[in-house]
Amino acid sequence: MGRIDPKVLPGYGLSLGLTMMYLVVLVVLPLGACVVNAFRMGASEFLTAVWSPRARAAYGLSFGASLIAAAVSTLIGLLIAWVLVRYDFPGRRLLDSLVDLPLALPTAVAGLVFSHLYSAGGWLGQFLVPLGIEAAYSRLAIVVVLVFVGFPFVVRTVQPVIQSLDGEEEEAALLLGANRWQTFRYVLFPALVPSLITGFALALARGLGEYGSIVFVSGNMPFKTEIAPFLIVSRLEEGGNKVLEATALATVLLAASLLMLVLINRLEAWSRRG
Amino acid sequence: MKSEMITQEAVPWPREACRSNGKLSHALRRQTQDPLWVRLVLISLTVLLMGVLVVIPLIHVFYEALRDGLVTYGRYILADPDTRHSIVLTLIVAPIAVLCNVLFGLAAAWLVARFRFPGRTLLVAMIDIPLSVSPVVAGLSFVLLFGMQGFFGPSLRAMGIDILFTVPALIIATTFVTLPYVARELIPLMETLGPDEELAALSLGANGWQIFWRVTLPNIQWGLLYGIILCNARAMGEFGAVSVVSGRIPGETMTMPLQVELLFQDYNSPAAFALASVLTLLAVITLILKVYLEGRHHLRRPPPAWGASPTTPQEKINGTAGGTLP
Repeated sequence: MGRIDPKVLPGYGLSLGLTMMYLVVLVVLPLGACVVNAFRMGASEFLTAVWSPRARAAYGLSFGASLIAAAVSTLIGLLIAWVLVRYDFPGRRLLDSLVDLPLALPTAVAGLVFSHLYSAGGWLGQFLVPLGIEAAYSRLAIVVVLVFVGFPFVVRTVQPVIQSLDGEEEEAALLLGANRWQTFRYVLFPALVPSLITGFALALARGLGEYGSIVFVSGNMPFKTEIAPFLIVSRLEEGGNKVLEATALATVLLAASLLMLVLINRLEAWSRRG
Repeated sequence: MKSEMITQEAVPWPREACRSNGKLSHALRRQTQDPLWVRLVLISLTVLLMGVLVVIPLIHVFYEALRDGLVTYGRYILADPDTRHSIVLTLIVAPIAVLCNVLFGLAAAWLVARFRFPGRTLLVAMIDIPLSVSPVVAGLSFVLLFGMQGFFGPSLRAMGIDILFTVPALIIATTFVTLPYVARELIPLMETLGPDEELAALSLGANGWQIFWRVTLPNIQWGLLYGIILCNARAMGEFGAVSVVSGRIPGETMTMPLQVELLFQDYNSPAAFALASVLTLLAVITLILKVYLEGRHHLRRPPPAWGASPTTPQEKINGTAGGTLP
């Protein structure tokens, strides 16, 4: 598909000007303000802010819970994508549409519902709490909610790839004497790996920044169930000097998400080639 | 013409031979199907997981909201002036943010899909930034920009303009968070369409606006609508960024999601669920519109069942080439 290099079509200047102005005002200036403020602090002050025990606990929980949730989302996502593409059963189309619900549902609603469902008197909590599974106001609650917001990313990344496997390799593997499991393990799975990793990274990036739903389900206890975004908000609300501390904490989180973005772009380029 | 060529190239002859020999092909197809018990186990697992993760929460919202009857439900939503205000505020903030991002998305798609220029890849990457930055970090950044200790705060204050903790702040924060949604839908679409029709219009003497209104817009209208729907859903549900810049002033800067949290913290769960059910209804409508647009206008079509209807090579190409960030 030929794209025109000499700018034959009109509107180059206008669209460039509009796009650049918009991005500068909405993205570059604010995020720049965050970074510049953090750099003004001086190294020792910055380090005390981001390396305090409470901050370390919050970051640890944010990264840990997001990693676990992304791993679980990857497993669940692969299963759901596989079933939705390969098997036909009543309600398949409905389930396929419902996969997108977590992307459309406001996170506050998700948080509200999950905190209710898994609390001691809730629909699911009444069975789980007696078994010792506390999936409300606990670290487990954070993981559950992050799986809810994360698994659609994996399904939607893996689904088109499973769809594009046309069965030729499978037939070849069969004719060469492989059984179904060997075919999956050595022929199908390797083809899915790039998309699985991309989906994992997307779910992880989403989990790291998630705030709305976790506020409801975690209980937000410092050192126990307090995630990094929540710590940033509470420091900000304390005001005064604590705003600088919030800025330092936010800058670390910002750096992590920009790294994730670069990684995801690389992964997407890789899975498209592979 | 093009798709015929691809078809012929994509199917190597031994497979074609298998196909023509109906018996062998049928046997192969059956053997590459998973055994019945595997299928049943995996389908049950999927139904169970989707039930626990999505279906039960969905039903639960409406159950909790309606358990005291329709009259009480209506009172929860309409009697409290703060709740009413939050609904109106969301209906003001979200459309303005969507409109801004539609204008941006059109400009960005025209720029990226029709021209090559230095820094193009970087610009596309920048559009994605709001998708991965935590909404809380975004909110804090706007506080730093517009707050009293911020860059613009003092000078804006001198002019008598307050942005932080007001409705404009909510709009700016929402616009930031939903910035990529329209652009990400339009850029790949316009790249697939190619510039040929616009070039033809140009050669026939159309000016820029005529090309845009009569050629480009009719071609991308359904993709644009799709982007608007996704953008709007995200805008109405935004919580983190809006929560930070709002100052949480009841009756003034509380959007619906913020009001849900306020009611929840006041131990007023029934009212919180009633308001949450309105948001959920909006999400469900979004999904229905999305499925309709996908089916009717072939935007990101959901996959057909394996073996139910064979995908054409063209669809396969479309399927693998699509973007992944929803």
